[in-house]
Amino acid sequence: MDIDKSKIAEQFVNVIPHSRVLGMELTSVGDGLAEITMAYDERFVGDPETGVIHGGAVSALMDTCCGAAVISHPSSVGPTATIDLRIDYMRPATPGQRIRAQAECYHITRSVAFVRARAIDDDENRPVATASGTFTVEGRK
Amino acid sequence: MARARPEPVQIVKQRRDAALAALVGAVPYIGFLGIEFDRRGDELTSILQFDEKLIGNPVLPALHGGATAAFLEVTSIIGLSWSILWDDIEHGNLDPEDLANGQMPSLPKTIGFTVDYLRSGLPRDAYARARVIRSGRRYASVHVEAWQDNRTRPIAQATGHFLMPRRDG
Repeated sequence: MDIDKSKIAEQFVNVIPHSRVLGMELTSVGDGLAEITMAYDERFVGDPETGVIHGGAVSALMDTCCGAAVISHPSSVGPTATIDLRIDYMRPATPGQRIRAQAECYHITRSVAFVRARAIDDDENRPVATASGTFTVEGRK
Repeated sequence: MARARPEPVQIVKQRRDAALAALVGAVPYIGFLGIEFDRRGDELTSILQFDEKLIGNPVLPALHGGATAAFLEVTSIIGLSWSILWDDIEHGNLDPEDLANGQMPSLPKTIGFTVDYLRSGLPRDAYARARVIRSGRRYASVHVEAWQDNRTRPIAQATGHFLMPRRDG
């Protein structure tokens, strides 16, 4: 993929206030692919009993990662917005561990991008969550 | 036999508000996002106070889809918990002070959550209400809607399925 696209994807994460405040980092980007990590933070806890991160923070991570995958797709131009996003939670993320989201934009039309993603922690073989969603596409070349 | 005299209104309100405050106050992420709850009887409305950190598109600007999703999920989980706890609060089986001291009943766990984004979220406060569609012993389904200036122009809606906490007895 060209250098501009990966720059844009990186900016996409670094410039967005909500992604920054959640400590997200773009760790890898390719044609229609993105990987973003989010460190464990006690402020993001959703279940005080167990210290597990709130599903909402995982949603924000998945949403950002899916958006980055859309932007990095060769056929997409300009910004994107989420149309819908479904998240299934397989298990609670292990407290203290970094959560890593991997997204793939597997199909794109003139107006809609289709994306799937998964989230893992240190145990890569047991996903924490999976997601699938659709995103807007603007001004396709 | 004569009906028992109803409790004074301020006692009832105080008990309900203390229970709600304890429930909401126990979850760090709710405080982090700046979500508050307004109660009218058993009906809850959540308020997402606008903050720069909720922005997802600085150019428009618009709320981050993830912030909106989290707002909807928080509203669903608190709404569902509230509906399960309501009877216990009313009958005095749940002591708000115990709740405040951390003896919190377990929260429902999200199985799946699907968000539809209907309009872009403007940089201002958002509101949401959850409706428990079905609440069983093991599973529950909740629908939730968020809006900003106009109640009839929702910015997002979601449906969630939840695993219910085990209840003893």
